[in-house]
Amino acid sequence: MEKSVVFNGKLLPYLLLVPQLIITLVFFYWPASQAFWQSFLREDAFGLRSEFIGLENYQTLFAQPEYYKAMLTTLIFSTLVAVLSLAIALLFATQADKKLKAAAFYKTFMIWPYAVAPAVAGVLWIFMFHPSLGTLARPLRWMGFDWNPLLNGNHAMALVVMAAVWKQIAYNFLFFLAGLQSIPKSVLEAGAIDGAGPMRRFWTIVFPLLSPTTFFLLVVNIVYVFFDTFGIIDAVTEGGPAGATTTMVYKVYADGRLGGDLGSSAAQSVVLMAIVIALTAIQFRYVERKVQY
Amino acid sequence: MKFRHYGIAATLASTLALANPAYAVTELQWWHAMTGGNNDIVNKLAEEFNASQPDYKVVPSFKGNYPDTMNAGIAAFRAGNAPHIIQVFEVGTATMMSATGAIKPVYQLMKDANEPFDPKAYLPAITGYYSTSKGDMLSFPFNSSSMVMWINKDELKKAGVAGIPKTWPEVFDAARKLKAAGHATCGFSNAWTTWANIEQFSAWHNVPIGTKANGLDGFDTVLNFNGPLQVRHLQNLVDMEKDKTYDYSGRGNASEARFASGECAIFLTSSGYYGTVKGTAKFDFTSAPMPYYPDAPGAPQNSIIGGASLWVMGGKKPDEYKGVAKFFTFLSDTNRQVYLHEESGYLPITKAAYEKTKADGFYQKNPVLETPLKELTNKEPTENSRGLRFGNMVQMRDIWAEEIEAALAGQKTAQAALDAAVARGNTMLRAFEKTAK
Repeated sequence: MEKSVVFNGKLLPYLLLVPQLIITLVFFYWPASQAFWQSFLREDAFGLRSEFIGLENYQTLFAQPEYYKAMLTTLIFSTLVAVLSLAIALLFATQADKKLKAAAFYKTFMIWPYAVAPAVAGVLWIFMFHPSLGTLARPLRWMGFDWNPLLNGNHAMALVVMAAVWKQIAYNFLFFLAGLQSIPKSVLEAGAIDGAGPMRRFWTIVFPLLSPTTFFLLVVNIVYVFFDTFGIIDAVTEGGPAGATTTMVYKVYADGRLGGDLGSSAAQSVVLMAIVIALTAIQFRYVERKVQY
Repeated sequence: MKFRHYGIAATLASTLALANPAYAVTELQWWHAMTGGNNDIVNKLAEEFNASQPDYKVVPSFKGNYPDTMNAGIAAFRAGNAPHIIQVFEVGTATMMSATGAIKPVYQLMKDANEPFDPKAYLPAITGYYSTSKGDMLSFPFNSSSMVMWINKDELKKAGVAGIPKTWPEVFDAARKLKAAGHATCGFSNAWTTWANIEQFSAWHNVPIGTKANGLDGFDTVLNFNGPLQVRHLQNLVDMEKDKTYDYSGRGNASEARFASGECAIFLTSSGYYGTVKGTAKFDFTSAPMPYYPDAPGAPQNSIIGGASLWVMGGKKPDEYKGVAKFFTFLSDTNRQVYLHEESGYLPITKAAYEKTKADGFYQKNPVLETPLKELTNKEPTENSRGLRFGNMVQMRDIWAEEIEAALAGQKTAQAALDAAVARGNTMLRAFEKTAK
């Protein structure tokens, strides 16, 4: 006797998918479509008067020189944050992966910053680098370096990049460490027997074998810098000075929440969404080819 | 089993019934943004009001900082469950008053509820900010302050500055002396950069910020604060920023600690800073009126207020409005206003309360608290100094601050920065005008 365990009927697979589909519809497609619709409206903050104005929100948006400036700022900010947080996390992960005393202790401490909310992370960095109150800014000034993120755009950018990188290193570290631990020791030993030094082993064995992790983290980090960093920017610089740290997502927040201009804010969200979808598609199309699973 | 469940349900039901007194108490939700000592004052006011009469219960809830509270109110209104009373900061005034139907004007509320209400009993320098051009009060002033110049008397003496500077040239002179005497990073500074250098500065010198009485007379107002006097002042700051005779302190008031720590011995910020500085400053300090340019005709004029007012939301039941009106009468009581003023450092809103505080000799012991009142009542307000009302003001301040920062960082001249601030602000005003029609 052989028992057949094939489920007949077409309903069950869909039923099993329903919870996931509902979550995606309610938490992604519904708000996204709302934003899309809102971007064609002009509405006051209270929603008392609403008027369909077609593409006017987009036209006004693309006529603003500030919007192009925000795009450039976003490019600089996201490149710096993604590259630095990946590189530093990889360095830390390779060091923590070695045979160390109290390795678990280091690993735990490396992961902690991830539990800190972005706004709190921002406040911590303010306390350290506020030009006249900061504990680390005072020595800088004392050494004759005119540290002033309140007026110097580069200093402000450096500050938000540091805060955003610091916040993201923990997450990247965790994945890199897991990735490193899944690399078979035998491969590394074989390389060592063939006479490859540690650097060579890293670049020819470890790094290629880590590429699925790196690729995954690249996508996640891009999404992180594009969307999740406005809490840090809001707490540290409020987009200033003179708009030097106003990224696209911060502008969405500032125009919609502070300015009450929901139409423009929605139009910017749609643009931002398009950019991130395009970026992710490009990554999957071109970068993934080089990934060795 | 079942019976036991019924039993529990019955007990619960009877407890709930007991919790409800025989008469129906109408709850009035009050959303506010007050923290620390001022939060305690809000709760105390609600408790006292609730104890003073049996029909209404004011329930205060803290909703975050000013923009958070306002946004929470807007979101709640859109979802159909707005509070009865919401505290909105002064720069949200234009947004609130343009929301016809979403709000209930205070003068209307008092009339409908037959509460005794005399608009003339209130200080015009304060209520003017929250009234229509005809003088109808739209919202109820709660916590008001103005901008003053805080002075570290010990450091001024050490630097050899004789007396407290009154004019801008005297301040610049004192700042140079302070710098020479060891204040290398800060001769003088200010918090709230746009409130200080554009809004208060213009009112105090009787020059316009925008047309139509700074927007009070209509949403078709056009900004014009790029006049010679404002440009001259900003250019002075830009020139002094180079060697830190003046040093920028950011957009908000996070850097007020530069005064309390002794770093900046001359610092312009809100009179409401009193509550903090009296506990943190370890030196002899005082407040003085804002400086002015002596060659500017008519200066000093009068200052304008900052702070927040209470707005009544629309679409509530007449009985609930009656309770809100009673609460406002309760708040206007002279003794209560005197208490609020002396406790919090915020300004009294009625003439009677100001006179009583004066008569009690309070200001002889606390001259610091009278400085903002003297500024506000210095002269009869003009078109340029009654107040200001611009749509999107919250974000507009950020845009003005961006341009001031660009000038101070040496990227633009003062003239170019103020021209850009005016142009960008006007674009926002036209967008607001379209939605506020």
